[in-house]
Amino acid sequence: MVLFELISYDVLRVIWWLLLGVLLIAFALTDGFDMGVGALLPFIGKTDLERRVIINTVGPVWEGNQVWFILGGGAIFAAWPPLYAVSFSGFYLAMFVVLAALIVRPVAFKYRSKRESVRWRNSWDWALFAGGAVPALIFGVAVGNVLQGVPFELTPDLFSRYEGSYYGKFFGLLNPFALLVGLFSVSMLLTHGAAWLSLKTEGVIADRARAVGAITGMLTMGGYALAGLWLAVGIDGYAFAGEVVRDGPSNPLYSEVVRTGSWLSAYSDRPWIILAPILAFLGMAMAVRGLRNGQEVGTLLWSKLGIFGAISSVGLTMFPFILPSSLDPTSSLTVWDSSSSHRTLFIMLVSTAIFLPLILMYTAWVYKVLWGKVTEDDVTGNSHSVY
Amino acid sequence: MELDIVELSRLQFAMTAMYHFLFVPLTLGLSILVAIMETVYVMTGRPIWRQMTKFWGTLFGINFVLGVATGITMEFQFGMNWSYYSHYVGDVFGAPLAIEGLMAFFLEATFVGLFFFGWDKLSRVQHLVVAWLVAIGSNFSALWILIANGWMQNPVGAEFNPDTMRMEMTSFTEVIFNEVAQAKFVHTVSAGYVTASVFVLGVSAWYLLKNRHVELARRSITVAASFGLASALSVVVLGDESGYSASHTQKMKLAAIEAMWETHDAPAPFTAIGFPDQEARETHYAIEIPWVMGLIGTRSLTQEIPGINDLVAEADTRIRNGIIAYDALMTIREGQGTAPDDVRATFEQHSDDLGFAFLLLRYVDDPRMASEADITKAANDTIPGVAPLFWAFRIMVGLGFAFIGVMLYFFWRSSFRRQTYPCWALRAAVIIIPAPWIAAELGWFVAEFGRQPWTVDGVLPTALSVSHLSIQDLLLTLAGFITFYTILFIIEMGLMLKYIRKGPFQDVEETEAWEARHEHRLRTHDGQGPFAPAGVQAASALDEPGAAFNAKPAE
Repeated sequence: MVLFELISYDVLRVIWWLLLGVLLIAFALTDGFDMGVGALLPFIGKTDLERRVIINTVGPVWEGNQVWFILGGGAIFAAWPPLYAVSFSGFYLAMFVVLAALIVRPVAFKYRSKRESVRWRNSWDWALFAGGAVPALIFGVAVGNVLQGVPFELTPDLFSRYEGSYYGKFFGLLNPFALLVGLFSVSMLLTHGAAWLSLKTEGVIADRARAVGAITGMLTMGGYALAGLWLAVGIDGYAFAGEVVRDGPSNPLYSEVVRTGSWLSAYSDRPWIILAPILAFLGMAMAVRGLRNGQEVGTLLWSKLGIFGAISSVGLTMFPFILPSSLDPTSSLTVWDSSSSHRTLFIMLVSTAIFLPLILMYTAWVYKVLWGKVTEDDVTGNSHSVY
Repeated sequence: MELDIVELSRLQFAMTAMYHFLFVPLTLGLSILVAIMETVYVMTGRPIWRQMTKFWGTLFGINFVLGVATGITMEFQFGMNWSYYSHYVGDVFGAPLAIEGLMAFFLEATFVGLFFFGWDKLSRVQHLVVAWLVAIGSNFSALWILIANGWMQNPVGAEFNPDTMRMEMTSFTEVIFNEVAQAKFVHTVSAGYVTASVFVLGVSAWYLLKNRHVELARRSITVAASFGLASALSVVVLGDESGYSASHTQKMKLAAIEAMWETHDAPAPFTAIGFPDQEARETHYAIEIPWVMGLIGTRSLTQEIPGINDLVAEADTRIRNGIIAYDALMTIREGQGTAPDDVRATFEQHSDDLGFAFLLLRYVDDPRMASEADITKAANDTIPGVAPLFWAFRIMVGLGFAFIGVMLYFFWRSSFRRQTYPCWALRAAVIIIPAPWIAAELGWFVAEFGRQPWTVDGVLPTALSVSHLSIQDLLLTLAGFITFYTILFIIEMGLMLKYIRKGPFQDVEETEAWEARHEHRLRTHDGQGPFAPAGVQAASALDEPGAAFNAKPAE
């Protein structure tokens, strides 16, 4: 017996499915408010000084937050190679747009206040807007498409091909359901950004953020409910056709999949997962309430709970499917047939068990050092060193 | 060369990777130089060193952010453009990439914010620790990415699994301690240190020529020259180590770099200059230095280094073995795990050569149907472009030795000539600023172009590694990246130059503020050593010179 067999293959696959969720949720919880703040920037900050205050609330932390996204990419590559291979090449142009937005964003943060010119600063402010709003929209649109199934097929060599007329073509992704999920995602992160600003700023900026956040929070709840309803009546789910081998080789073609019934049948199979949408609604509703009452820390935490509930509800509803194929359901990627090898999953789990707690510890320390509101005096007093 | 998906994907990867590597070496080296400067500040308490930390730190920040931004592309474009590659080797190649995120990216990205924003919020020692964590994080990231890249050059610790149609890891320690990866790591980070040293040296030389910020410039030159000398030596030594490991791991690359068509009796000569002719398979007007190649490549006088023609013959054999493996693989796959044991045994016996059968896919749909002519063509495909490698390598090595000379000279002037530098030397230091970037890009060119036609040496051909995309998709993103990256480059250079011209701020006032505090300390012996928390008051006193005199008595 070798060391990596201490944990059986199927258990490791579930653990890595959970860790994938943890990484995506951590990304949404941390970089989510950076993106929300960026998207709110041109509307909530009226003067240059106000905008600098807003930018500096996330100035020291966005870089670390963004690593959740990078790590998410790396972890998918290491733990779910077929998912990495199929999804990023399939959503090719959409990914390019996300990359463009995410490349502009760091540069905008860093360079915006390095020149005085109004035009220079305004341009970067809109770049920050795009850097927040565009990825938020596209991530939502991607989730909307995944729920409907994505038109790819695997050849016997496991090379992934796409239906040309639609896939890889940007506009095919923008169907009504996917757009709804995209808008939901934008409004969720706007609310999260508003909750962050309500905590980190004071006076007129905080007031504006709370006013906007209360509205987007309501829209988020509405969008979530509507998407759930649509999923119940308008979109078919996927299921395995025969027996499933949970610790077999990672070859999606070894198990047959059919398109049948509804995704929501998961809620009768595993009733406890209803907890996820309940937490989503509870978190969002309490966040709206907190924004209205001017609560600070509580609002941000409720908003985090709402995001946690919403994202995990998608994962739990689809389990064990990760990336269903509408073109050839049998090619669908699932938890049981699209992971890395047993050994690699184990090695990666050990690495994660070592480094993730460290990351959480030093990140918490950094937030503690930076605790407190960012004021106009902070910006004018340290004009050289802040953004 | 016709523009197909493979060529366009290669072009896009080359462009985005080489662009990314404009920023990486400076980040690697400058993060360490800045941390060294801050260490001196914390140990001596002299504000000039704090000023240096902040000034070089600002330039570091402008550069760092583009390294981060262009690095995002790198993390995702394997999946976007190299889908089959990602599937085929993700089980091995993905792991170091993910660990890079866990171990390195989080460290550098989390603390870099605190480095710039934390001056008033941390004690001096805490801030120094933050600076070192940024530097360590950056360097760790180089370690893991080079373990990943080293595996592409020398794929150890993995084997092909016919059930999943991919390479799977058999030994993580072999992947980590891959000799190619380790030599590449030290070679690459040293190159980064040289880059940053040349940069700091050049910018400081410009200040001296202009007679500006003389104190800062002199000290910076001293730091850069000593650090740069050690690094320049290390680059060349580890480059030699890479050459040595290439002689048994990447024979074709080594032969191509040397334009060595025929196997020469040991010890082989080194071709200093010549004009390789790929068609005729010979090198015209070659000037050879006897023995040197054999010594570098094998560290012996008796071992032979195989020439290109012999390696092509070897590839021919491996292609034929690969076809046997391919045939067995097809039988195994049709049975979905029920294939008889003898077929599996045949496959395992030849599975190391499976990748060579894939080379035939350029000419036939099924390697088993390949004709003799196809096999010959595929075997000839294993020769990379010899002339570009030959020249790129020689320019890189020439620059490498030149950096040793430059650093040695400035180190000598700094140590034994009272930090005085003649004008011509200062001008030369300014002019050579771009040279390390040229050397670094050429180095990557040699490593990656020299591995062609493979993405993973001997395992997966480049032509097979791409995604199912359309030409239009690729042209669109390629144009997008070019436009985008050009704009960012212009903006970045503009800001760099602006901040270099502007120089460090608060030159005079900060020094005066420190002297006032220093005098006060001498009088009162308040014991404010380097380990006392600077706190908000002391630190802001340094930032706001006007407040310095008021703040001091309160301590």
